[in-house]
Amino acid sequence: MEKVIQGKVFVLENNIDTDQIIPAEHLVYSLSDPEESKMYGRFALSSVPIEKSGLPTGGIKYVESDNFETEFPIIIGGANFGCGSSREHAPFALQKAGTKVIVAESYARIFFRNAVDGGFVIPYESIGKLNDKVNTGDSVTIDLEKNILVNNSTKQEYNLKPLGDILPIIEAGNLFEYARQTNMIA
Amino acid sequence: MKMTITEKILAKSAGKTFVEPGQNIWLTVDVLMTHDVCGPPTIDIWKREFGNAAKVWDKNKLVIFPDHYIFTKNPQANRNVALLREFANEYGIDNYYDVGTERYKGVCHLALAEEGYNVPGTVLFGTDSHTCTSGAFGMFATGVGNSDAAFILGTGKIWEKVPESMKFIFDGQLPNYLMAKDLILQILGDITTDGATYRAMEFDGEGVFSLSMTERMTLTNMAIEAGGMNGIIAADEITEAYVKERTDKSYELFTSDAEAKYHSVRRYDSSKLEPVVAKPHSPDNVGTVRSVSGKKLTKCYVGSCTGGKLSDFQAAAKILLGNEVKTPTFIVPASTEVTRALEVETVSGISLKEIFEKAGCTIAQSSCAACLGGPADTIGRAQDQEVVISTTNRNFPGRMGSKKSEVYLASPLTVAASAITGVITDPREFL
Repeated sequence: MEKVIQGKVFVLENNIDTDQIIPAEHLVYSLSDPEESKMYGRFALSSVPIEKSGLPTGGIKYVESDNFETEFPIIIGGANFGCGSSREHAPFALQKAGTKVIVAESYARIFFRNAVDGGFVIPYESIGKLNDKVNTGDSVTIDLEKNILVNNSTKQEYNLKPLGDILPIIEAGNLFEYARQTNMIA
Repeated sequence: MKMTITEKILAKSAGKTFVEPGQNIWLTVDVLMTHDVCGPPTIDIWKREFGNAAKVWDKNKLVIFPDHYIFTKNPQANRNVALLREFANEYGIDNYYDVGTERYKGVCHLALAEEGYNVPGTVLFGTDSHTCTSGAFGMFATGVGNSDAAFILGTGKIWEKVPESMKFIFDGQLPNYLMAKDLILQILGDITTDGATYRAMEFDGEGVFSLSMTERMTLTNMAIEAGGMNGIIAADEITEAYVKERTDKSYELFTSDAEAKYHSVRRYDSSKLEPVVAKPHSPDNVGTVRSVSGKKLTKCYVGSCTGGKLSDFQAAAKILLGNEVKTPTFIVPASTEVTRALEVETVSGISLKEIFEKAGCTIAQSSCAACLGGPADTIGRAQDQEVVISTTNRNFPGRMGSKKSEVYLASPLTVAASAITGVITDPREFL
């Protein structure tokens, strides 16, 4: 696991559901075929209404048309990130697009489990609201040992909630690696 | 020590005498359900992680219902069904309900009930967020992603955090203009889409226990819309009658202790509630039907695990009998059993099928269809800037196929009344 993650942030509002993260019509692509699975990156966050995509201004696509990867490896969301369907294609699509960390006020249960157990992205919780304190495009640094996010544009520091119980699974890589390391499975 | 029904079932599954909210425990899974969207990637992960020695932990406990993208020419969607078929053949999975055969069922959550997989006191996981529907049978049921499902497929075990429980009590029987859909939308309006995140939603009271099993399933189905881990209704004689008709599996009845601890208790007087809708673009954006009446519609939709059960069509038919629809209206039975029942069940001596046909509705084949948009050729899919009223469970941007369209969620009574007038209409005008 990387100890420090740096990059540009993409800011979203509350209640980003899995239909907005990856619209259902795209769920037909193979997740294991390396070429076909790139389509998930291409359509990541493609159903977020454009005026709310990349706050505070909006109008910014997470992945530019005809691209497969984003220039924003860090997503700052609000409350209830990842609500809606159970599709693991959602954190998978974000990972394919190049998302490394999400920082949100809170998560829907299944999205949170999928992000961790599948080893796709790191779901940090902010302490209070953060999506009104950073702008899309700001460069930030997240220190995973100290649980701190620094906005390199403003030099402001924000504490994040420690990952707690799930840290061993994130460190192992995913639920299966964790289960092997703890001799739960062979 | 006192426990809720959810805590008791989880304790039994974990082999413990007592559990409490916040505890992470390992559960023994009674049934794992998957479908065509999440089945193939689940199988891929299972093969990748368990290697050549990959074994299904218990073939009798795995159930596969292709249901999401069935009647489409989309090649990748059809490939997903073919992958399920190959898997079922290779590993001898008897509980596979193949497309194009007599066994094909349709939407998994109703199919689980009809085929006798919902058994009181058991633990069921599924690769679909609406797996919580099965909680209507006094059991623990919840949705998981592909990795968790692949872990269960190989081990029969999964970790879960014991949820706090919230109780929702409906006093008194429902008046004839209300349905379970109005109750759960009312709750969503009150507690919002993250009001029950990581919690159990327990439904109680005369209003709930006077409902049929399929109406109860509408309540538990939408627990996930409040972020709930599970929805649950204790089994009673109505549950037992339904279960005994469908399976000879033994079952265990659990109820909450009177002194069990709850996160919160909400009490509603059923007689004081009104028909409600969830307005665009969230299931918690709830208002009375009266507050939006007159809103012009381009499409009406009765279908899905939430609103495509026989009781939903009986309600819609009651209003549509002798009327014609003004707006294109889609009738999408959740299961093939419901499709057959439309020909047999009657209102005033006329079959539901005939009522819908005479009203000018389009009757589609059983599947998830346009509830979640689906491939471009999916029947009933929202196009461009449509205004849809639907008995389904989600109206997030783009959910029914077009992020420019507006979707209102409502009971089958309200959708049927609105179909006749072409504008959002309170069902009391027709009752």
